[in-house]
Amino acid sequence: MYCYAPMEYFIELTFSGLTRGSIYALIALGYTMVYGIIGLINFAHGEIYMIGAFTALIASSVLTYLGLPLPAILILAALAAIIWSAAYGYTMEKIAYRPLRDAPRLSPLISAIGMSIFLQNYVQLAQTADYLPFPALIPEFDFLEPYAGIVGSTDLVILVVSALGMIGLMLLIKYTRTGKAMRATAQDKKMALLLGINVDRIISITFIIGSGLAALGGVLIASHIGQINLYIGFIAGIKAFTAAVLGGIGSIPGAVLGSYILGLTEAFATGYVSSDYEDVFAFSLLVLILIFRPAGLLGKATIEKV
Amino acid sequence: MEPLLSVEDLTMDFGGIRALDQVNLRIHPGEIVALIGPNGAGKTTFFNCLTGMYTPTGGTILLNHQGKGGKRINGLKPNKVTELGLARTFQNIRLFSNMSVLENVMIGRHCRTRSKIFGAIFRDPATLREEEDIIGISFALLERIGLADQANTFAKNLPYGAQRRLEIARALATEPTLLLLDEPAAGMNPQETLELNELIFSIKDDGLSILLIEHDMKMVMALSDHIFVMDYGRKIAEGTPDEVRYNPAVIKAYLGEEDVRA
Amino acid sequence: MLTAKDVRQALLIGLWFMFLTFPLLVIKVNTIEDTIIWRWNNMFIIGGVCFVATLALRSGRRLLVQKKQEDASLKNSRLSSRIRTHLHHKMVYLPLLSLVLLFFILFPTQFSTYQTTIMTTALMYVVLGLGLNIVVGVAGLLDLGYVAFYAVGAYSYALLNLHFGLGFWTVLPVAGLLAALFGVLLGFPVLRLRGDYLAIVTLGFGEIIRMVLENWSEFSHGPSGISNIPRPGLFGLDLSLNQSIIYTYYLMMLMVAFTIFVVNRLQNSRIGRAWFALREDDIACQAMGIDKTRTKLTAFALGAFWAGMAGVFFAAQNTYVSPKSFTFLESAIILCVVVLGGMGSIIGIILGALILILLPEYLRAISDYRMLVFGATLVLMMIFRPQGIISTVRRTYTLKR
Repeated sequence: MYCYAPMEYFIELTFSGLTRGSIYALIALGYTMVYGIIGLINFAHGEIYMIGAFTALIASSVLTYLGLPLPAILILAALAAIIWSAAYGYTMEKIAYRPLRDAPRLSPLISAIGMSIFLQNYVQLAQTADYLPFPALIPEFDFLEPYAGIVGSTDLVILVVSALGMIGLMLLIKYTRTGKAMRATAQDKKMALLLGINVDRIISITFIIGSGLAALGGVLIASHIGQINLYIGFIAGIKAFTAAVLGGIGSIPGAVLGSYILGLTEAFATGYVSSDYEDVFAFSLLVLILIFRPAGLLGKATIEKV
Repeated sequence: MEPLLSVEDLTMDFGGIRALDQVNLRIHPGEIVALIGPNGAGKTTFFNCLTGMYTPTGGTILLNHQGKGGKRINGLKPNKVTELGLARTFQNIRLFSNMSVLENVMIGRHCRTRSKIFGAIFRDPATLREEEDIIGISFALLERIGLADQANTFAKNLPYGAQRRLEIARALATEPTLLLLDEPAAGMNPQETLELNELIFSIKDDGLSILLIEHDMKMVMALSDHIFVMDYGRKIAEGTPDEVRYNPAVIKAYLGEEDVRA
Repeated sequence: MLTAKDVRQALLIGLWFMFLTFPLLVIKVNTIEDTIIWRWNNMFIIGGVCFVATLALRSGRRLLVQKKQEDASLKNSRLSSRIRTHLHHKMVYLPLLSLVLLFFILFPTQFSTYQTTIMTTALMYVVLGLGLNIVVGVAGLLDLGYVAFYAVGAYSYALLNLHFGLGFWTVLPVAGLLAALFGVLLGFPVLRLRGDYLAIVTLGFGEIIRMVLENWSEFSHGPSGISNIPRPGLFGLDLSLNQSIIYTYYLMMLMVAFTIFVVNRLQNSRIGRAWFALREDDIACQAMGIDKTRTKLTAFALGAFWAGMAGVFFAAQNTYVSPKSFTFLESAIILCVVVLGGMGSIIGIILGALILILLPEYLRAISDYRMLVFGATLVLMMIFRPQGIISTVRRTYTLKR
């Protein structure tokens, strides 16, 4: 396993961890935003990410067929993935969650599980259950050649694009009217409604943004790994949820922090220890956090009102 | 006489906020004691500390359990506190709404009965007897609050006043020595309040002590042997209804400049 | 009944879904041969279906509102409540019950062994559903890793038989108890968590157990599983395959009867009441002197107990176990049985299991869409009928004097 110098191996693992972390973060943000605003664990969020990857694959195939240049294909395919995933997120909220907003807490969760199973099988029936090769959309950069084997150009693109996505989201939440309305709705839905905020619209926007980010993650990871199937959403969804809980669900910086921690630990654990139990590790971490520190690193513990 | 409940320097902090600040209070057997104060004074927090819902940050709560001297009950789990003889009702009614009226009371018998899984499956004579006892006692309590004919309706279908009475019956089913009522008259009409007064007096006649949070001053003045007044998490006055009624600190802090006899 | 506005709305919704499903349903790429297939007809089917469904939903909802108003004036004339009062009448339900019983007893004599096997499986899901019902339906704890206890049961039989030669009848109670023990061990740390966290943690545990079974080959024989597990024995008699299948069927029937008996008694006991109360309001529950953790733990353990026993049946019926049978989807199917049937309702869950397992087997047209339908069922039931097809009936009491 140690085919080159330990230091280089360490750096390589670090980059790989950061790359993973970026992807987790893009998905985890959707979980945490939705949880922050309507207190629902959107179980079907991983499926949105999977649909994003499939849409990108289909779009890029069609665009290649039409003979477009590679950069154009990359951008248009990503755009298609984001648009359609957002549309799925929006529709999903309207159909499966909105009618249950005042129902007992477990009802929307069960509905979300149903949605997740539905979407997986929808993709299976509409497309395939097999692995599909995903085209290498991201070009190789010449300037990275000296560092080949330590950091690839896909890694770099993932790091930069996801960082841009996250910064964009933070700016949106901090400075725009919509962002303010989102924060207000998260704090107190009834009060927000009284202040004339269209809560339904804000919730829809939350789903749209969260789904769009997840789709971006789907495109990036698919071109990184080079193949997709309909099950990628389940595992990635659980891992991103783990990251969101680790950081403190409901907290946006928490989701980003948790994702990078999870990505790095996974990279080092598989790199230095063993990759057999890679997924067991993430699940165990999730269970341990929920048992011992359910508020996460940056979340606040709440006291139940009597 | 030795007090049934004595609370010394009870303090409760939520993060940086001090919700209760060294509150002292004593309740003697057979007394009706009222706890009054403006909204947000910390009355419900006080209840929650007594009943184990919150673990107080400081101070002591001593319960004289079956005359065996004071037992410290801070930080005990709510169900343990109930077993020791403290039962409560809730300000915002918390009935088991999709269970029948009778079953709500039967739940109250849980901590005074013992049958286990084995008994549930095999229905041995002891279990059957216990079950009959539970039903009998629960029906008796429903008769007492005038809901026996509604025994099999869902609790959620009862009118508001009846729901409040059902909460009291459910608490009584746990055989408490001290009953804590959190705003029992809230939302009741004058007729219902009058009936509630009688119910509370009859509970007192059974030898129970009652700690009452209430905003209806007429009711508080009529019922209480002793009144404690809280404001901003502190006790600001105590005494008999008459003493409290004319206490200038109470009038100022609690009612502003208004007359207490409202 | 329907206005122009409804039609316009339905048209918009149809168009929206045509757009939504466009990439996935219409375009199919073959990345190996580099061909693209366009399935335009799918687009129009979706559009049409959504249009019609929206119209139907809207008029249906309007009818429902009207019916409710009529119901208010004619109290208790509703069909379902009339059926219910009739069902409670001994003259009606005893003959009905014997008829149903007769059907199940005669089933293997009238149908092929293939169908008997299917029915055995369906009955297994009845047991699983009733077990999960204790946890989810009665005590209100959403357990998404229920399949883990099922796996514990199945592997108990497989391994105890492999290593120690223990037979079906010895292992059956042992596996139940082992699963219950697992339930306690798992439940102890997690049961103080809030409802939705509990769901995710149990999901995590379920997956961990499956992955351990897959990776720890020395213990569980890894992904290839364990085969040649004996079928249940009958006093050492040699049974042919056919006889054995029929015998297993009757054993399963007895198992179902036993489960119904126990679960029913549990629900109507001091503990059962505490479970229901816990589901309704756990804070009030504690204030009434009920030990929350302990009550949750008994529910968890008792639920797991049935999964463990069902697991033994599963291993004996298939003579083979592998981790593949214990995925999250299996948990989801059992949850679907409980949700469809009606949380807390025994008859409902029996019906739910039979519908969900038998329908896809007999209606070939649906079988491809099985999981799709299960997913949709979960969503639709939550929205339109959260109490399930048969809602819980609370026991009524009368005072004996």
